[in-house]
This record gives sequence, structure tokens and C-alpha cells, in this order.
Amino acid sequence: MTVILNEGDSAGTTGAASGSPVDAAPEPEKAMTRGRLVFIRFLRNKLALVGLVVIIGMYVMAFVGPLLSKWTYDTQDYSAFLEPPYSEHIFGTDKIGTDMFALTMRGLQKSLLIGLLVALISTTVAAVVGATAGYFLGLADKALMWVVDLLLVLPSFLIIAILSPWFRGKSWWLLVLMLAAFQWMITARIVRGMTLTLKEREFVKAAKFMGQPAGTIIRKHIVPNMASLLIIDATINVGSAVLAETGLSFFGFGVQSPDVSLGTLIGGNAESATTFPWLFLFPAGFLVVFVLAVNWVGDGLRDALDPTSTRVRKREKKDTKEKAA
Amino acid sequence: MTSSEILFDTPADPAVEGPVLQVEDLHVSFPSEAGRVQAVRGLTYQVSPGEVLGIVGESGSGKSVSSLAVMGLLPESARITGSIKFQGRELIGRTDTELSKIRGRRISMVFQDPLSALTPVYTVGDQIAEAILVHRGGAVSKSAAAKRAVELLDLVGIPNAAERAKAFPHEFSGGMRQRAVIAMAIANDPDLIIADEPTTALDVTVQAQVLQLLETAQEVTGAGIVIITHDLGVVAGFADRLMVMYAGRAVETGKVEEIYTQPRMPYTLGLLGSIPRLDVGEKQALVPITGQPPSLTDLPPGCPFAPRCPMVVDACHTAEPPLIDVDGSPEHRAACIRTGEIAATDAEGAEAAAEIFGAEVVEEAEIAKVPREQRDTVLELDHLVKEYPVNKGVVFKRRVGTVHAVAGITFDIREGETLGLVGESGCGKTTTLMEILGLEKPMGGEISVLGTNVSSLDSKRRKAIRRDMSVVFQDPMASLDPRLTINDVIAEPMQVHGYAKDEINRRVPELMRLVGLRPEQLSRYPGEFSGGQRQRIGIARALALEPKLVVLDEPVSALDVSIQAGVINLLEELKSKLGLAYLFVAHDLSVVRHIADRVAVMYLGKIIEIGEVNAVFDAPRHPYTQALLSAIPIPDPVKERQRERIILTGDLPSPANPPSGCRFRTRCFLHASLPPEQQRTCIELEPPREEQAPDHEAACHFAQIRQVL
Amino acid sequence: MAGFLLRRLVNYVVLALVATFLAFTLASATFDPIGVLQQRNPPPPAASIEAKKRELHLDQPIPQRFVTWMSGVVRGDFGQTIADRPITDELGRRIGVSLRLFLIGITLGILFGVLLGVVSAIRQYKFSDYFATVFSFILLSTPVLVLGPLLKIGAQSLNNAIGTNVLIFVGETTPGFQGTWLEQLGDRMQHLILPTLAIALGQIAFYSRYQRSSMLDVLGSDFLRTAQAKGLTRRKALFKHGLRTALIPMATLFAFGFGLLVVGGTFTEKIFTWYGMGDWLVVGIGSQDANITATVTLFVAVCVLFSGWLADVLYAALDPRIRVN
Repeated sequence: MTVILNEGDSAGTTGAASGSPVDAAPEPEKAMTRGRLVFIRFLRNKLALVGLVVIIGMYVMAFVGPLLSKWTYDTQDYSAFLEPPYSEHIFGTDKIGTDMFALTMRGLQKSLLIGLLVALISTTVAAVVGATAGYFLGLADKALMWVVDLLLVLPSFLIIAILSPWFRGKSWWLLVLMLAAFQWMITARIVRGMTLTLKEREFVKAAKFMGQPAGTIIRKHIVPNMASLLIIDATINVGSAVLAETGLSFFGFGVQSPDVSLGTLIGGNAESATTFPWLFLFPAGFLVVFVLAVNWVGDGLRDALDPTSTRVRKREKKDTKEKAA
Repeated sequence: MTSSEILFDTPADPAVEGPVLQVEDLHVSFPSEAGRVQAVRGLTYQVSPGEVLGIVGESGSGKSVSSLAVMGLLPESARITGSIKFQGRELIGRTDTELSKIRGRRISMVFQDPLSALTPVYTVGDQIAEAILVHRGGAVSKSAAAKRAVELLDLVGIPNAAERAKAFPHEFSGGMRQRAVIAMAIANDPDLIIADEPTTALDVTVQAQVLQLLETAQEVTGAGIVIITHDLGVVAGFADRLMVMYAGRAVETGKVEEIYTQPRMPYTLGLLGSIPRLDVGEKQALVPITGQPPSLTDLPPGCPFAPRCPMVVDACHTAEPPLIDVDGSPEHRAACIRTGEIAATDAEGAEAAAEIFGAEVVEEAEIAKVPREQRDTVLELDHLVKEYPVNKGVVFKRRVGTVHAVAGITFDIREGETLGLVGESGCGKTTTLMEILGLEKPMGGEISVLGTNVSSLDSKRRKAIRRDMSVVFQDPMASLDPRLTINDVIAEPMQVHGYAKDEINRRVPELMRLVGLRPEQLSRYPGEFSGGQRQRIGIARALALEPKLVVLDEPVSALDVSIQAGVINLLEELKSKLGLAYLFVAHDLSVVRHIADRVAVMYLGKIIEIGEVNAVFDAPRHPYTQALLSAIPIPDPVKERQRERIILTGDLPSPANPPSGCRFRTRCFLHASLPPEQQRTCIELEPPREEQAPDHEAACHFAQIRQVL
Repeated sequence: MAGFLLRRLVNYVVLALVATFLAFTLASATFDPIGVLQQRNPPPPAASIEAKKRELHLDQPIPQRFVTWMSGVVRGDFGQTIADRPITDELGRRIGVSLRLFLIGITLGILFGVLLGVVSAIRQYKFSDYFATVFSFILLSTPVLVLGPLLKIGAQSLNNAIGTNVLIFVGETTPGFQGTWLEQLGDRMQHLILPTLAIALGQIAFYSRYQRSSMLDVLGSDFLRTAQAKGLTRRKALFKHGLRTALIPMATLFAFGFGLLVVGGTFTEKIFTWYGMGDWLVVGIGSQDANITATVTLFVAVCVLFSGWLADVLYAALDPRIRVN
């Protein structure tokens, strides 16, 4: 396929980063430094701010929450089977009497951990591979492009699903590695495109002509100048990784028992969604809220980092209206 | 232009009297991060029927914004107050539908960037026809409009118009697209044409074509024209009246001749003094205007130019001076409280500027006194060739042709000397530069730096040579890594070449002072500096390793004129102080004449004329050099109106398929005037570079001197 | 131009073959159908296990197995399932089920997605834009595996409120339903609405985000200003010059959207009990059946590649800059 996403195409959430292909040089005679400006712009975006609070809150909750509950995910309350939420079990219980709150927190922990790890690994790999391929071009670059093309035809979901019998009964770490192994390619392609642009920038040429070795140029000049893209992408990749994990676990191709994740909980309880909705709604709710928060933060970062963002105009209009009122 | 159903109205619509456009106390402001930007602050002007008004100003002076306000094309967030009357009718406050009936019909506009001005998905012919149909859809049939579009394309000088009308914009060159936009602008015989920097994005020879076309358009339609530019040369020969804008206001208005000879506002004076003159041979003192245009978000009281003005007195800071009549002429007005004192100086124009701003001619370097032959050669190119393959095919790539970007060029640069390498875009000057800087074995020919042939270099010696040769790039925004502090930027070359830490810490502040910046700013980031300052930082970095040769790739072309002069002066000073040799690549011949000792003119990958700078400029031998020089406007209305202009036809041929024999012959006026047997020589034989005079070579079979300045 | 499209087609066929080969190889290497067989209770006799091994060509090396299977595919024979049923018999019916779902879903998705995106861009930072943005963000953060059960819950309460089963969420038709063709159609519609919504909503969100940003890019373009300077009203310039140009990048997204659709379809089929290709994949991996898995992969590859090729054709039709090439 020729194009997955035009490199640097400004676009929605699923396709990772966008805005300007390369961090635009800030305008002169701006009193504010870029970092401060980005920070101010981000703070101004209320949704992104709420998203950030939600994400942090959920990580804290996933790890601290279980300590506050008197139930654990592996004990059962034999006096309460399939009970809807009530004071004793705030999220209800399942058919063998496990407390749904404890179970959901357990699943949340695993899903969030997998999301974070996968995003970190895949974004790092993407930055290294994409920048190297883009800078040197040649065979490595051709191979990268071809793999990305192939991945479009053969969705990573399919590959991991096919391989799932092989890692059944093994550590969930394997799943993390598998997910990361298939998530870096698209980001790498965008990084590659940006590297091609950056390579033509005069400061990179200047470094080259003063005799700076290629490795140092990539490390010192190219990767730092893609920092904003990488941050946005890493953020959004957390969301995509959690979604990918849930999707696989839904069918039993991902996290395997005795581990639980949001995906296994949703998959196991989807059938009972219409009869015992609390079994399904709590894990599903956490999943949606988390991914939504991640996307909002990603979008807020993009807006804050994009020098052409025009949100300020709306802002001002509102201010003047308020003043008038 | 014969049998058309749609004809132009008779020139000068008799129905309307008085000015076509009357702008009064116009204010435009936009919201921004830092507060409201007051882009236009109380602008008043008018345009009479058939009159050409030039609006001159630097970026951010509000010149474009005010014109977009006339067209009603400002974004919704703009707040507009004041009055804009077109043929007596108020435009401010009208709905988009009402305005759309006037736009394109009565007022039309030509924009700066022709490359993006046309919709990529419709043919050029359709887009021109649309301009007619949208206003006369009921009266004119589609086929008539299409026919008219072809006629208009023909009128604006597109050859083979009927065929080309079916082409898409991407198949047109920049100059042709600008012609198409002009065709659109005159399609409905407007009463006012606004041209916003119509030639800024174009090469000089194409600029000359487009300016001539605008004159034709004015004759055909009889419309008033507002031409907006930052280049005082462009309007000198074309405009009747001039308005100079600064910080959102008009600071001087009047007849073109008066303003050029008797500028009465220090800013105008500075602008005139800062332009290197193409027609001045002896060294000229360039006026640098210090500082930056003010931020328009939070202007202090008083004259906005006061912080940069050499004539500033305390009274300048109390109130913003209004436009007042000067020299007792009601047509010449300037916004300065000291106009009288400026008038009192003896000198005129640029000389007065040099006097008032205190500009001085930079002294020559010691080395320049040594005869050229006795100096060392720092760079030598011998028949350098660079070609690119043209590939086609998606799955199986195959080579279908070759771009001859650089087709065997030869020149040398001696110690302490500046060679200006000039030519229009696509002539191969950037490729030449990259080949030199790459220090790799060339495809053909030889490159020698300081006597070392680069073909034989191993990587260690290549790195060693890099110490002696450095580069300054065109774009001050892109040439400094935004993530490094200035200290790191300047220190980088020294780190690469293994300088000791102490040595680096000592040199960096020294370099800052050398380029006229304060060492206290070293911990800042490039984003906090202005374009001119950044260019200075780039120069400091280039000088860090104490090179012998500095390659300058269009070092001032991205800067505003007032800033440009300061950087040129700095480069001259450094050259004299450090005995540097420069390879100065530029498309602006005026700058080259000012700074270079020798000049080489490139066309389609070849050097067609080379020699001592005054010899080449005063007695050009090659027709292309003559055309190039004649195309450059001189900021002197009297001279400019008398000058004969050579207008080249057509566009640059593709370097993948250059003409046989002489590469310039397809556009050559001399070739066209020759008898057939001599023409055959041009077609069959490639002209060799021959000596025409001492240190002056040209590659033309029929070279003859023609003075064009 | 025709040559260009033909070359692309050849390229796609090669990609599809590689993808299928990879899937077949991975599946053959990780699956252990004999192990599944041996776990049966009572365990089958050793002789029949040996026979099964031969029948599944497990004694041959994997590449040879692929050649054997592929040469069958070329003749229209996709081999046998582990349970000895010819795959070809079931293939047609299942493809029909999936395509019905996909085609309606993608048509609705593109149509409403583009519409929503355009409205959103033109009314940037106004209420309708915020609404559309929030709507699509929520949908993009809600995977089908959550959206499906949620739709079910919604339908359940709707049915309860009305008192009859208007929306049916199990299967494609009511088993044993008799009636005129019109009644049959009605019955199908009742089954179709929810799964189609589950597919289409995500697609609408996906396309609308991209259309919005593509349109925003165009809104600031010079040629739009030229069109207005000619005398077109803003609205007319937007639709005639803006929208037409903003549609170009959408063509390339088409292929990408289809890949998402296929994966989403797997969940939809599972949740709404439609026996399509996605359901078959889950069955295939569950029973460790390499032939089923490879067949489904081939189908996915062909779908994605066909849509990719269609995207190329569409791109060429929309953009004259490509057409000339």
C-alpha cells in the first residue's frame, strides 16, 4: 500500500501523531520560551487537563484501590453470588462470589501496565528504527517500508491471535513483547518521514558539513527535534496497546488465566451484559474512560505543540463575551 | 483577441467619479497568544481611477492585512473598524454574499505565492472561466466563457493557450501560474486590482515579465492598481504614488519621485540607504537599521520607529506623530516631527541616509592589496559535473533520463577574495555548493580545497579539511537547532574537532562579540532571537574553526531589507579583519555587486560569464547576463523609467533535456535576431568560455557588450 | 495510467500471497491439532491419530504443506477442517455474511464520516464542532467489544419499553421464520440494525476526524482565497474548491479504514452471533486449524488489498497530479 497515513498528516486519534511534520521553529521576538508556551496552551485545554488527571487517578486507583478493599480478587464471598452492586460489594459479585471491584482493579492493573510498557518499548524502537532508516535510507529503509505495508495486509491482531496457542501458559511478559513487536511500525514510518524532512533542514546539514558523525547527528539533532511527536505518539500508543490487549484477551488470545485483565473480564462477561450488566459495565467503563482520557491528552498535546493551533481565537472571543455580560 | 462575445468595458468607467478606493482610519486587530495584535492602526489612503499606488513595508507592517481587509477576506477573528469605500460604497459591514458580487468583478486580487494560488484539481482554463461565469453566469454560456479563458491566457502571454488551458496547475511553472492568476484578475475588467507581493516568489527574469504584464493589464482594463511590496525597486518604475508603512501605519506618502529623492521620514531614509545598488560601482556605505520592528501587541506611546531611529529626541516618545505635509507639498506627507531637519541636509536619498545613520564604507583587507595571481588558491573547481537519474515506475524502477544539474563548471577562489555565484532557481548553483561541501569524489571533474584534491581523501583527512571550510545557510530559522542553546550551537564545531573545554569556553564569547552579539545571551535558545541575530549566530558558528573559506548560501535573502544591510556589513568587516575568502551564492545581483570581487553567472548547469565584478556588471558580454541585469529594478524612479528592459520569453528549459549547442539559445534575444546561418552555429556548437577582456570570460559565439544599467 | 494501476494490482497480489504464506506458516508452526485431539475424552486410538496426522500432512515440512494447500486453493479447494469438513462448502456462505456487514458499514461510515468531518471543520470551535469532536472521541475510545454489548443492553431496554422485540441481537435471521419475502426482509432488518451500527459508528468517528483535519488544512489554503477573490461566496468556494481537494487524502485512508473494519468485524460477528469469516477465525484458532486460519487470512488480505487498489484508483481519479504520472 502506498500510504497508510501521510507522514505528518494532521488527523484524528487512531493514527498517532500529526500536526506539523516537524517541530516548527518558533516565531522570533516571542518573549515566552517554547516550553512555557506549550505548557500554557496545554493547561488551557480543559479536556486534556481532565484527561491527565483521570489517567493519573486510574493508575493510582489500580494499585492503591485493592489495598482499601476488604475483598481480594482471589477470595470468594460464598454468601453473595451474582449480586448487583450494594454496600458490601460496591461493584457487585460474579457467579462464584468474587468481588467485582477487586477483580476489576486487578484487571485494570494488568491492562494499564501492559499499555504503559508496550507504549514505551514500541515508541523507543520506532524512534531508533525510523530515524536510522530515514537517515541512511537504503536497504534497511526498504525493508521497513515493506514490513509496514505487509502489516497492513496482515493485521497484527491476526498474527498475535495465530501465535496465541504458543504463549498459552507462559508469562504475560511475552504478550507485552508481542504487542510491542507489532506496534512500532506505524510510528516508525512517521518518524522516518520526519527524519527525511529534518535531514534537509539546514542545521542538520550544518552539522554534517562540520564533520559530525551520523550517529551523533541522529542522537543530538534529529531525535530531540521529534520529541513532541514522540511524546504524543507514546501517549496515544498507551491507548492503542490497551485496546489491542483487550481485543485479544476478549477471545482468550491475550492475557491467560490465572492473570486477569480488562479484556478477559469484558470477554468473559459480554454474554451476560444484558442479564447481569454490572459484570460487564464496570470493566468496560474503566476501559473506555481510560482510553478516552489518553486520547484527550494526546489531542491536547498535539494542539499545544502545534504552532498553527487556533484555539486561542475562540478563547478570546469567549473572554470578551464574558466581559460584555 | 478578436472575436469575443465578452468585451472589456471602455477604459475608465465614466459612471463613477472620484477615487475608486477610499480607506479611512482603518484599524484591524487579531487575537494572539500574547494579546491583541494591532496589525493596522488608523490607515487612510485613496486610489484614483487608473492610478498605481505602491505600498511598501517590511513583514508585519500591516500592508497585506490592510488589502485583505479591502477584499473582505480576513479571517473571522479579525476585528475591523474604520471605513473602506469602494466607488463611494461602504464595504465594511457587508455580508459575504454582497461582497462576493464585487470581488472578482470590480476589485480583483493577485496573491504572492502563485504555486498554491490555484486549486490543484481543476484545469487552469476552467478556473479562469469560473471567474467569468460566477459573475455573468446568466448572460454568458459555458463555452463562451471557456473561449474567453483561452483568449485571456493568450493575452497574458501563455504560448499555445488553447492547449494549455486544459492543463492542471501543477503542469504550469510558477511564472505561468502567476500569469493565470492575473488572467483571472482581469477577466471581468475590474476597476481596482490589488497585487500583494506579486513577484516576490519569482525569479528576476520572470519578475520582469510579470511586472510588464501588470502594466499591460492596467492599460487594458484602465483599473487602479495597488501594488504591495517590500522591494523598493519593484515599485520605482511602476507606481505613481507611494505609501510607506511601518508598524501598522502609513509613515510617509507621496509621489514616487519625491519619496525616492527627498525622503522625509527616517525610516524611509533608512530603507533607501540599506539597499545595495546594482548601478553603483564604487563601494557604497550600506545603512543598517538597528533593532527590530516593534511588537504590535503592546505598543508604547510615541513614534513606533523611535527605538531604531538615529534622530530620536525626547519628544518622539511622548506622542505618535501624525502624517503632516512636508516641503509645503500637500501630496507629500510624512509622520515625523523632525522632517524639517532632514530636509535641511545637503545630500539626497541614499546619501542622506548614510550621513544621518552614520554608515561607513568597510575598509579593504590587507590581502586584497596583493595581486590576485600571487595569492593562494583556496578552492578550485575543474569541469565539475553532477547528474541525477530520472526514474520512472513504481514496482520496477527504470532510468528514463538524466538531469544535468551541473554540466562541467570551472572556477577558482583565491585567498581573501569573494566570488559571487549567481543564477536563477534551477541553474545548479545549490547543487554546486552541495558538491563542494560534501567533499566526496565528484561524478566528473575535480574539486580542490586549499590545493588538496578531494577525490583522494580518506575520512580522516576529509574531516581535517572541514576545519578550513565552513558554511552559512540561507534560512536563519532552519539553520540553528532549536533544541540547543546558542552556546552549544557555536561550540558544536569545536567539539567535533576535539578542542579542549577551556579553549571552547574562551572562544564562544569571543565569537559572539565578533559578530556583534552580547555573550550574556549565550544560554538562550535560537527561538528567542530575531532573524538577523540568528544569521549572526550562524556566522559565529561558521567562524568557530577559523576557516579560510566560508561558503555563503543566500545568506541575506531571507531577511528584511533593513536587517539585510547589517549582515552584509558584518560579512564585509569579517572578511577584511580575518582575511576570509567567500563563495557567495545569491540570486540578488545587487547584493553580489556590493560584496563580491568576482562574479560567475550560471545558466542551466554552466557558467556562461565570469570575471571581475565591475567588468561583468558594466560591460556584460553574454545575452543572459544582460537580460538578468536589465530585469533587476533599480530603486530610482527616474533611471528606472528610462531604462530599456530586456524581457526574456518563456521559462527555463528542463535540465533533464537541455537545448543542443548553446543552452540559452531557446530564450536568447540575440539568437532570435541572427541570420539563419549564424543561428545554426548556436544550435550546433556549444560556445566555449573565451576571454573577452582581462579576467572576463563569456561563453557566447556572438558575444558583444551591451550596457543595461 | 492503466499501466500504473495494473502494476499496483500485481504488487498487491504478491503482498496477499506473502501474507497468506506467513499466516499459514505461523499457524502450522504453533498449532498442535493432534494435542487437541488427544485431550478428547475418551482419547482416540493411536491408529486414528496416525491417520489424522497423515491426513493433515503433518508429516511433511511446512513449506510443502503450504504448496499442497495453495495448489488446492488455485483449483478452488481450500482443504479440509480438522473435523473433516471441506472448507470450500462453508466459505461462500460465510463470505456472504461478512461482506453484507462490511459493505453496509463502510458505506455508512464514509458517508456520514465525511459529512460530520466537513461540518466540524467549517464550524470549527463552535458548538457543533465540539459536539462532533466529543462524539467521535468517545466512539474511537469505545472498542466494538464494548460498543456491541452496550448496544445490546440499549436494545434490550428499548424492547422492554415497547413491549415487543423490535431489535434482535442474536444471529442473522430468526430460525424457522416463515413469511412473505417482505416479512423475511423485515426480519433480516431487525437483525441487521445493531451489528451494522456497531460497525458503522466506529467508522464514522474514524473518517470524520480525518476529514475534519484534511478540511481544516484546505480552509487556510491560498487557492480557497483565490476562489473567493474571484467572487465565489465562502460557502460556494468551500464546497466547490475546498471539499473537492480535501477529499483527496481521504482516498488513501480508505484502505486503512478497511483493515480496521475487518478486525472490528470479528468482534461484531462474535457478539451478535453471526457466522461470518471473523467468527470462523476464532473457531479456527480455537480448534488449532491451520487451513481455516489461512483461508480467513487470505480473505482478509484480499479484502484489504482490493480496497487498497480501489483507493489507488480513487486517488488517481481525484488527483490530477497523480493521474499524469
